[in-house]
Amino acid sequence: MSLDKILRNTLLVISASILLSACAVKTTGKMQGDVYTGKDTVEYLASGVPDRVFFATNETVLTTASRETLRKQASWLRKNSKINVVLEGHADERGTREYNLALGERRANSAKDYLMTYGISGNRISVISYGKERPVDSGSNPLAWSKNRRSVTVKAN
Amino acid sequence: MKKIIFFIYVSLFILNWGKAWSLIEVDITRGNLNPLPLAVSPLSVDQNSKEKFKDLLKLDDIGAEISKVVENNLRQSGLFNPLDPKAFLQKPDIAHVKPRFEDWALIKAQALITGEVKIVDKKLRVEFRLWDILAGKEIMALAFTTVSENWRRVGHIITDKVYQRLTGEKGYFDTRIIYVAEEGLKTSRIKKLAIMDQDGFNTKYLTLGNELVLTPRFNPTNQMVTYLSYFKNLPRVYLLDIETGIQEVVGDFPGMTFAPRFSPDGKKIIMSFAKDGNSDIYTMDLESREVEKITNHPSIDTSPSYSPDGKYICFNSDRSGYQQIYVMRSDGSKVKRISFGNGLYGTPVWSPRGDLIAFTKLHKGKFYIGVMRTDGTGERLLTENYYQEAPSWSPNGRVLIFYRETKSDSAGKGFTAKLWSIDLTGYNERMVKTETDASDPSWSSLLTD
Repeated sequence: MSLDKILRNTLLVISASILLSACAVKTTGKMQGDVYTGKDTVEYLASGVPDRVFFATNETVLTTASRETLRKQASWLRKNSKINVVLEGHADERGTREYNLALGERRANSAKDYLMTYGISGNRISVISYGKERPVDSGSNPLAWSKNRRSVTVKAN
Repeated sequence: MKKIIFFIYVSLFILNWGKAWSLIEVDITRGNLNPLPLAVSPLSVDQNSKEKFKDLLKLDDIGAEISKVVENNLRQSGLFNPLDPKAFLQKPDIAHVKPRFEDWALIKAQALITGEVKIVDKKLRVEFRLWDILAGKEIMALAFTTVSENWRRVGHIITDKVYQRLTGEKGYFDTRIIYVAEEGLKTSRIKKLAIMDQDGFNTKYLTLGNELVLTPRFNPTNQMVTYLSYFKNLPRVYLLDIETGIQEVVGDFPGMTFAPRFSPDGKKIIMSFAKDGNSDIYTMDLESREVEKITNHPSIDTSPSYSPDGKYICFNSDRSGYQQIYVMRSDGSKVKRISFGNGLYGTPVWSPRGDLIAFTKLHKGKFYIGVMRTDGTGERLLTENYYQEAPSWSPNGRVLIFYRETKSDSAGKGFTAKLWSIDLTGYNERMVKTETDASDPSWSSLLTD
């Protein structure tokens, strides 16, 4: 392979990724894939400790950003050992009600499991699913749905 | 709340049942392409009875009011075209005794319903007849007595009898719908259990809206309802006795229970129980309180619904990676996936006739209500929309009721939730009138059978 060809390929890759990222910024604003990455709806349990994590459509897997948020929550919980929390799992409106109840429960539990791997006792964490019953954004569009697919950590005491 | 289930004192004497044959035939396989023109003559009332009903019920003309109930039911079914009473030439009392068939044929009526209402010991006595205009004869006659407050139900029972005589299938008019009445912002929606007659009248609210309630379903005798309530912020399946108003939690589960339904014999409740991110299907026997685990799989298993013989259960699972419909024996054995089309499938409900399963389908951003055979073949999509789900069958397995939501902006503007019904053929799609926004409808069985 000539150097020229390698250069050209690299350029292609670079320009393609520029195109892609430009595209992503343009069309989805505060989303990566369809996971919400913005801060509009986020509240804070303490300074620098976001209260919620977001999910992709029909997914319960934690993203890299979600894991970082949960690690911050875990260290805050370790420092405040008297505080218990409720994890509230939610789904967007684009699913059947009953399945979404199960999905919300699964999302909250994946957040719970992660907190537990960072040493937080399961006794301090309870879980509730609201399915699609309590959206934060009423909009019928992909950005609003991404804000609604979430698990929110709320102080229980 | 006590009076929600009225007990009807029906003394039916069937004068001429089933003997006569008729030229009238209603084609029920093709929906409303050619609705049968018929005349519902106002029921005649003698002056004395009229005055007494006026005092009792505040209705000027109870005969005309009952006829309107019948007329509206028949029109809503999509199979009949009730003619405008202004065109009727014969007086109700005379028509009831001896219709002049030529007059009715002139306005193109193929069938005629006539009747008479009387007050007897403060009760309402109705007699009605169904006439075949072309054959020139009476094909059905029936009389019954009930408490006068039940006058709308009289209209529903007449419709059921006429419908059955003309289509050969049982009716679905003397029935109720239980649903969730909705108010307020989308982000903090207030939801109450509500019950109404099938035609949208006599709405009663069964809960106050203090806690979120979802997915109510009748038991086979329509006296009990099982539903999900967030009472004390603990989502659990509840049982409500409609007449007494007594509510209780079903079972003692250490987590969320949801998606409840009764077994066809009414003795068990089948539902999902979610724990540690896994939802499985359980049953609880209402008498022995014995709990049985039916599915055991790390996926989400929910929305269970029994076949009418109680031998099988259809349910929703994402064990294949996505939401699909499965069928198993009622003991949980022989699990078999039946949905294989493109898209996601949810909310399977077994038809009361046993031959079909209705479902919600999500494909390419659209929601569909459809039906398939119980082995998954013969999928038919009846209606497409932005958002709709949760079909429930009419007791004769002929009509589906479901709810539909509209798009909204970030402030919630534009959002509505309404009940809709559609014929099994895919024709006759109609909004069902409710006092408030509404969702999660469930159809009762016939109140008098």
